[in-house]
Amino acid sequence: MENAVQDQKKVEYWRWTESRWTSPDLDWRDGGVISAGVDVGSVSTQAVVMVDGHLYCSSSMRTGSDSPESANNAMSWALEGTGLTLDRIHATVGTGYGRVNVPFATRAITEIACHARGGNFMYGPSVRTILDMGGQDCKAIHCDERGKVSAFLMNDKCAAGTGRGMEVFADLLGVHITEVGEMSFRVAEEPPPVSSTCVVFAKSEASGLLRKGWPKEKVLAAYCSAMAHRVVTLLERIGVEKEFAITGGIAKNVGVVRRLAKEIGIEPLRSDMDAQLAGAIGAALFAKALHEKSAKGA
Amino acid sequence: MQANYGYKDGAGEFFITIDTEKCDGCGDCVPACPQHVLVMIENEFDLDAEKELAAVSALHTKKIKYSCGPCKPAAGYAIEDLPCVRACAAGAITHSW
Repeated sequence: MENAVQDQKKVEYWRWTESRWTSPDLDWRDGGVISAGVDVGSVSTQAVVMVDGHLYCSSSMRTGSDSPESANNAMSWALEGTGLTLDRIHATVGTGYGRVNVPFATRAITEIACHARGGNFMYGPSVRTILDMGGQDCKAIHCDERGKVSAFLMNDKCAAGTGRGMEVFADLLGVHITEVGEMSFRVAEEPPPVSSTCVVFAKSEASGLLRKGWPKEKVLAAYCSAMAHRVVTLLERIGVEKEFAITGGIAKNVGVVRRLAKEIGIEPLRSDMDAQLAGAIGAALFAKALHEKSAKGA
Repeated sequence: MQANYGYKDGAGEFFITIDTEKCDGCGDCVPACPQHVLVMIENEFDLDAEKELAAVSALHTKKIKYSCGPCKPAAGYAIEDLPCVRACAAGAITHSW
């Protein structure tokens, strides 16, 4: 009975790869200010440690049902093998849905401010519009050259257009979530998007299409374009400027990203850093600023 | 900063926008709203900020169309006559519908 919830092949299609990274060029022992950011999202949790404002190590893993535990786990995984310990970190900022539940945080800051700051760091000061496509909500952010928010809009009313929605579809179609994007382009011609913007209704609609004989690829294409379209309507209110970047997990799904770029006619900026880390990077930068501010005050 | 609270769905666009440059943190809008939609929050966007900011309570952002319903009769209304808009001397509050 233990395996009752798993499918026969014991594959969990929605499960994306957790990862950790340490900078090969940096050593925390040589640094001055060590700051950390933890982004406890609805679906994933990221921890980032920065040494003097440079990315030192990071981790990205699934958020469990217990936010403090998720924050602790992500942080200890990021620190694994570095010799660095929590007490040596000068300041930590928590962000994301579970930001008030980061036990070792100096302060909590809204993820909107952190994504703007992190986006500014990852994509350069020219970035003006940041679209964070998270696990459970979607945020359109407009920021200035210092990464300060000048306008924002958050849609957390429903899960359509979010990572959670994509997980549901990966599961429904039995396609691994990392392959969804590429697979959605294996269609002779672009099908019309699924009409509903609600994940639950979209899932019913997709089941219907499958029964009608649509191949998986075509259903995925229809869902990816519906998702892209939904987000574009959000962006319209904030206004998109040419220097545009997408952060969050969906930034890794080319099926959505390319369709979105085509619809707005702007190619998103690229970064060699993981787009999912933007919030945690922003938080770590805020932590550095906080530490410097308190050091100056003391 | 233009802080947009609300949502867009098949029925339309429902956003209350707080212009944080104009909001002086007086808090007059909070008791003015009969539905308790507005709250004062810590300004998390600016580490140096000393004043609080008005914001839409998280309890209302997802149902703002209905929360604001009592002040917005079907017979028509003027945005400038809404209690929250009238209470804000700085003119920081706007509605999209």
